[in-house]
Formats: sequence, C-alpha cells, structure tokens
Amino acid sequence: MVWLDTLVQGILLGGVYALFALGLSLIFGVMRLVNLAHGDLIVLAAFIVFVVMTSFGVSLAAAAVLTIALMFAIGFLLQRLVLERVLGDDIMPPLLVTFGLSVVIQNGLLLGFGADSRRLQAGAFETLSVDILPGLSIGVAPLSALMIAVGVIVLLQIVFYRTSLGRAFRATSDDPQIAQLMGIDQRNVYAIAVGISLAVSVIAAVAFGMRANFDPSIGPARLLYAFEAVIIGGLGSLWGTLIGGMVLGVAQTVGARIDPEWQILAGHLAFLVMLFIRPRGLFPARQP
Amino acid sequence: MKHTMMSGKASSAPAWRQETGTAASRWFAVAAAVLIAALVVLPAYASRSLIQDLIFVLTMLTLAQLWNVIAGWGGLISVGQQAFVGLGGYALFGATVLAGVDPLLAVPLAGVFAAIAAALVGPLLFRLEGPYFAIGSWVIAEVFRLLCAQFKPLGGGTGVSLPKSALMDMAGLQWVQSLLSLRPAAARDVVVYWLALFVAVLVTACIYLFVRSRYGLALVASRDANGAARSVGVRTERIRYALWIIVGFATGVVGAIAYLQKARISPDAAFSVVDWTAYVLFIVIIGGVRTMEGPIVGVLVFWALLYYLAQFGSLYLLTLGVLAIGMMLFAPKGIWGSAAARFGWQAFPVTRRLFRK
Repeated sequence: MVWLDTLVQGILLGGVYALFALGLSLIFGVMRLVNLAHGDLIVLAAFIVFVVMTSFGVSLAAAAVLTIALMFAIGFLLQRLVLERVLGDDIMPPLLVTFGLSVVIQNGLLLGFGADSRRLQAGAFETLSVDILPGLSIGVAPLSALMIAVGVIVLLQIVFYRTSLGRAFRATSDDPQIAQLMGIDQRNVYAIAVGISLAVSVIAAVAFGMRANFDPSIGPARLLYAFEAVIIGGLGSLWGTLIGGMVLGVAQTVGARIDPEWQILAGHLAFLVMLFIRPRGLFPARQP
Repeated sequence: MKHTMMSGKASSAPAWRQETGTAASRWFAVAAAVLIAALVVLPAYASRSLIQDLIFVLTMLTLAQLWNVIAGWGGLISVGQQAFVGLGGYALFGATVLAGVDPLLAVPLAGVFAAIAAALVGPLLFRLEGPYFAIGSWVIAEVFRLLCAQFKPLGGGTGVSLPKSALMDMAGLQWVQSLLSLRPAAARDVVVYWLALFVAVLVTACIYLFVRSRYGLALVASRDANGAARSVGVRTERIRYALWIIVGFATGVVGAIAYLQKARISPDAAFSVVDWTAYVLFIVIIGGVRTMEGPIVGVLVFWALLYYLAQFGSLYLLTLGVLAIGMMLFAPKGIWGSAAARFGWQAFPVTRRLFRK
C-alpha cells in the first residue's frame, strides 16, 4: 500500500510538472525558442498571485484570473520588445537573453521580497482529501492540479487544431516565410504564443504554490523539471509531456521514499536513463 | 582596412596567399609579452588583496575563454560548465584530504577527473540538439552537485575544509616564503596566483593556436553548416567531442585552482550556476562573443563593476543581467567586437584573409 500511495502521489505530482512543461513546449514548438527564464517566470507569476491576493484581499481564483491576463500581456510585450530582436538562425542570442532574464527576475524578486519562502493560501481546499481505496486517500488539491493539467492540454489541443490561431501557429512553425506570404503576421503569432505560454505558467504557479513553498531562488529547478518532462515525453507531443511529467513525478516520489535526500536526484537520473534508452522520448511527434 | 576576396578571376591559377596577422597584432604580441612578464613579478610589489583579486580575475578570464571556445566557436552552448568547476574542486579536495596527495600535484589530477566525467556525459548530452543541449548540460551539473552532496567522506551537503597540514606542506611554498619573505598564508596566495596566471596564459595561447589551425576552421565549419562540413570530410562529431573533453579538463583545473585558494568547498558553492556560469556568460557577452579579446575586455569591466557594486549583492547581479541583455539587443558583438568592427582592430588575429601573390 505504501508503494501504491507513492505511485499515486508521483502521478499527481506529474500533473504539476506537466503544467510547468506546457509553456516551455509551446514556444519551442511555435518558434524554436528555448526560454531559460521559464522557471523564473513561473515563480514571478506565483509572486504576483501572492501580491494580488494579499493586497486586494481577493480569492485565489480571482487573483489567478487577474494574473493570467497580466502575464499574457507581459509575455506579448516580452516577445515584441526583447525576444523578437534576437530570434534568428543563430540560437545563441535568444538563449543568452533568456538566461540573463532568468538572473534579472531572480534577483529582482530577491530585492523585492527577500529570501523568505511563501505559500498560496487556498483555505480548507488545501487539506481536503478523498478516500479512493481503503487506506489510500489523496488530496483534492493535487488531484485538481492533475485535472487542470489535463484540461489545459485539451484546451491547447483545441486551440492548435481547431482554430485559425492554431493554424497560424502550425504554419509558422513549419515555415515562417511561407506563412508570412500567406498573410500571417508572424510577429503577432509569436507574441501571442509567448503570451499563452506565460498565461499557462500562471496556472502552473497556482497549482504548485498551493502544495509547496516557493522563494525567488527556485526558478531554475522548475525549468529543469519542465525540460525533463518535455524530453521524456517526446518533443512536440502535449500528451507525451503529461506522461513525461508523470514519469518524472513517480521517479521523484519513489526516490524520496527510499531516502528524502534522493528525491531530486532520482528525478534527474530517471531523465538521464530515458535519454540513454529512448533519446527521442516516449511519444515523439516528429520523425527524424 | 578591408581585404575582400576578388571573386571575378578566382578560376584562374590559385595565386592566393593566406594571412591572418596584421601590423597592429605584431605590436600587440610584444605588449602582451611585457604585460605577462610584469604580472609574473607583480607579487614582489603588490598587496595580498590585489593578488587575491587577480586570482579571481584570472580564473574568471580562463573560464570565459573556455566557454567562448566551446559555445562561440563550437556552437555547444553549455550553461552547465559549473559541473566541471565543481568536479575539479572536489577532486582536488578528495585527492588531498582522502589520499594525502600534494595540492599542487592534485591540480592536474583534478583536470583529468573532470575530463573523464566530460567524456562519460558527452555522448549522452550530444543527443540533445541545439538549445536543449544548454538545459541538458545544466541538468548534468545538478546531478553532480547532488552526488557530491551525498558523498559523506567530503562532508556531504555542508562541505569540507582543506587540512592545515596539507596547505603548510604544499610543494613550492617554502621556496616562495623565503623568496618574498611572506607568511605561509600569503605565500600560498602567491603560488595559486602564479598557477592561475600560468593556466590563463596557456589556455589563451592554446585557444589562439587552435582557432588558427585547420581544426579550428573545421570546428567553425561544423557549427555554421554541419551537413556541408561533413560532406567535405570534416569529422564534426569527433572534433566537438574532443573539444568538449579538453575544455572539461581545463575547466576542472581552474576549479581546482579556485578551490585551492578558498581552501573550503561545499556543493552549493562549487556547482553554483551564478558564480561559475552566469558571471562567465556575462563577461563574454559584455566583452564580445567569438573573439579572443572579448573575454579580456569583459573581465576588466566585470572587475570594475564588482569593485563598485559588489556590496549590493542582488542589485549587482540584477545590473549585470540587465547590462548583458542590453548588450545582446543593441551591441550583440560586445565592446571589443563592436570596436573591432569599426576600427579594424585585431589583437589576436584569427580571421583568415586572402591576398593575391
């Protein structure tokens, strides 16, 4: 039963990791940009939600909605004002700019909020749990995080494959020049993609901030988990990313069960083993 | 002066002469030799705090040159070089604390250890394309950090200090003590300083010779057009892998030198992405990527900023980050790269120019 519990906890944790990964995966898919500040943007979103909640006294859900709108705008402007200038054939400038952004966000938060850790308060919701088997109960908050992850993936799939915006995303991803010839405004498509990526990051931040403490320094670790989920799942597949997040989550909870100090290491090692045996991930969408 | 290839009559006899040096660069070579000689005799006159500052500047310069060669010329954009700094430092402590090796001898051994680690993780990392290689290298550094934190003989997560006996009996220490009439702690700084200077000069010279050699050309070709380079017989995979291992070796040596001076190591410090990668990247960006002079200019700017802003901690890093982003947006060639483009300066000439005979 202990191991079944470990497995279930790992799968639920995987939902949060998938949420971390979706935003990263989205902008890589559309514009081949790897955003090294992704983890720090998630932490930034968590802090914004925290500030909105405490200074306006609104509920977590209301603060989240407000922050989603704000982060979408930040993402849009980030692309139009900064990232757009460095995107090109050379992959180095965007990597360095987003790495610099990561350092800036981290230290900006440190200046503004100090190194104390924070948590998003969700009231009684945090401690609610349901018994799914005799002796095995799971928290409602982690379960809803997984369900939200599934919901976000369904939503993104609909946007990608059923809307004209999604068609523009896919066309630009395949060939930006031709897409532009067909009348697609590439600059706006990219900016919207980054905006959606950061909006999804807010959802990730809420799901994460309810179940664990956060402080300004934890961004890079979130980036690494997001990246590992994407690679384990296979590039270009959103459902694969969910499975990748679950593999990572289970590896971490199993590691933590053996020795609490092994939690993070076990996750990284699972990623390296996957990279060794299946370098293209579990469900690669694109063929070589 | 601009030298462009006259393509019109290229089909006639191959009457071309290739040159890389310029008149200015020959003067620079003389100036560099004088500067190095001055740096060698400096400990006889300088204060201990200046020597300690220069150890930091020289190790940062070496790391910047090394990162510039794998990322700038090699296209292997690693943000995980702290893996090899940390492993070098830990290997030094392992060899001295656990095996009783002389610290000075342990420095090259630490390089070998880091090179072996690089050789082992290289094939795995090279499975990740382009930008994903960057994050993958970061994961590797985290794995090594967590493994070192589990290694109890060297203090686990809290770290360990070098025993005083090992530091006192270090080779060459007695000689430096009597030569400059210094106390042991100051004499150790001088030994480490000379070591750091030697490695900085050697690494810079090797990179210069490498970039000018046909292997350097092959490396650039494999970065710019991998397929085309392979089709004309360049073994792109092999040359990148070899470079990765050699840079791993040198990075490990630098890590060992840095931690020989600090005499105390912990996993969080030794594998710090800020200390060993963010600073290095900022130095290269500010000075100029893909030039040999860039890291030198960058490290001097970095040192000056450190002097004025270091007491502000987070604000210092914030400023460096904003400065680096600004440089990438408005002067992506960096300070030296922009100046060189405008005035045609080349201190380390690496551009191949063709002349008619």
